[in-house]
Amino acid sequence: MRAEEIRLGKTRKSLFKDHVMSILPDGGNLNLCLTCGACASGCPASGIGDMDPRRFLRLAAMGADDEILSSDWAWWCTMCQRCIYACPMKIDIPQLIFNVRASRPREQRPKGIVASCDAALKHDTCSAMGVSEEDWRFVVEDVLDEVRAGQAGFEKLQAPVDKVGAELFLNQNSREPVTEPEEMVPLWKILNLAGADWTYGSKGWAAENYCMFMADDASWEHIIRTKVKAVEDLRCKAWLNTE
Amino acid sequence: MFAVRAGLKKFDIPYNFEIKSIIACYADWIREGRLKVNADWNKDLKIRFTVQDPCQIIRKSFGDPMAEELRFVVKTVVGEENFVDMSPNRSNNYCCGGGGGFLQAGFPDQRRQYGLYKFNQIKQTGAAYCITPCHNCHAQIHDLSEHYNGGYHTVHLWTLICLSLGILDETERAYLGPDLAGVGL
Repeated sequence: MRAEEIRLGKTRKSLFKDHVMSILPDGGNLNLCLTCGACASGCPASGIGDMDPRRFLRLAAMGADDEILSSDWAWWCTMCQRCIYACPMKIDIPQLIFNVRASRPREQRPKGIVASCDAALKHDTCSAMGVSEEDWRFVVEDVLDEVRAGQAGFEKLQAPVDKVGAELFLNQNSREPVTEPEEMVPLWKILNLAGADWTYGSKGWAAENYCMFMADDASWEHIIRTKVKAVEDLRCKAWLNTE
Repeated sequence: MFAVRAGLKKFDIPYNFEIKSIIACYADWIREGRLKVNADWNKDLKIRFTVQDPCQIIRKSFGDPMAEELRFVVKTVVGEENFVDMSPNRSNNYCCGGGGGFLQAGFPDQRRQYGLYKFNQIKQTGAAYCITPCHNCHAQIHDLSEHYNGGYHTVHLWTLICLSLGILDETERAYLGPDLAGVGL
């Protein structure tokens, strides 16, 4: 029995790329790179910090794990997927990036993204700006009262919250209730004019999701489950994104 | 949008509703005559618009058919002759650099370097306004114009729809330039 040969396999360095491939469907095609550079030539993050998607993938393929795992470029790639769109082999570089992000200790990830994710976990609103259910209701009602009193023709404008059985469950980016609530009004006017049967939820209305960006799967899943429950509790037919 | 769709799939979460973009609703409501928008207000003004195809909605979620719906809405509201596409566009469009958490990541220099692609694309259209049907895109593209002195404005679709309908209040015009500040008041 030539035990030494078997041991060779066991002592082989385990590559980060192989770890990522093991969790992606079809391994994200990470081994299929033709080195053509179509990804890098159409990537706005190419050249920032002397890095580009092709180089990043090559480093992963060569086992330069320390370099890719410590690179801030993983936070400068926006995971926009244009590289996959351009790639003849459909290599999932954004998922490589996502897993590099996930490999960073939480306290070493960008503070702003962590703070936004943490804020979203504080309330069932899922607001990355930490808006509570009470504050949200207050802003909607306050802005609505103002429009009804001050804008001719909109005395009966509606902006329902928690209307059970409404067709559309509308979400809203937290930026509006927090920093520019008047920007919600044009949207309400359109929905009213079109005769849409819609509602906000007091829970799960916030459109943003920084937990995904910080590659925190458990928190991301919690946010999605909270949103699904909010839509289904109100028995709405569609979850409507303002975007 | 993408976070929900991708999350439902990744975590195998059952759900019992449809996931919609309001862009598709706008297009339906216009076709059904429920939103009587037109571009008469821009006939003489001839103000030029371009539109950002948000990665999360177009390339990463609904693809080119939604990009066509977006153009149908935009062209109906601002006038086909006043609309100029960026190049490349639709599913092949460049990310603005506001996505992926970049706006909150604390790397403003890198974010703006990334955004130069988008800034140059917008400038090449000669448009006075970039319509951004995505909050990240809106914040980033607005910032790019300020930072690089682009001189273009950044607007939400709902602002223009209400402008076209003649129901946009004075208090709802924060993102309009002087050329549109008084239109329809």
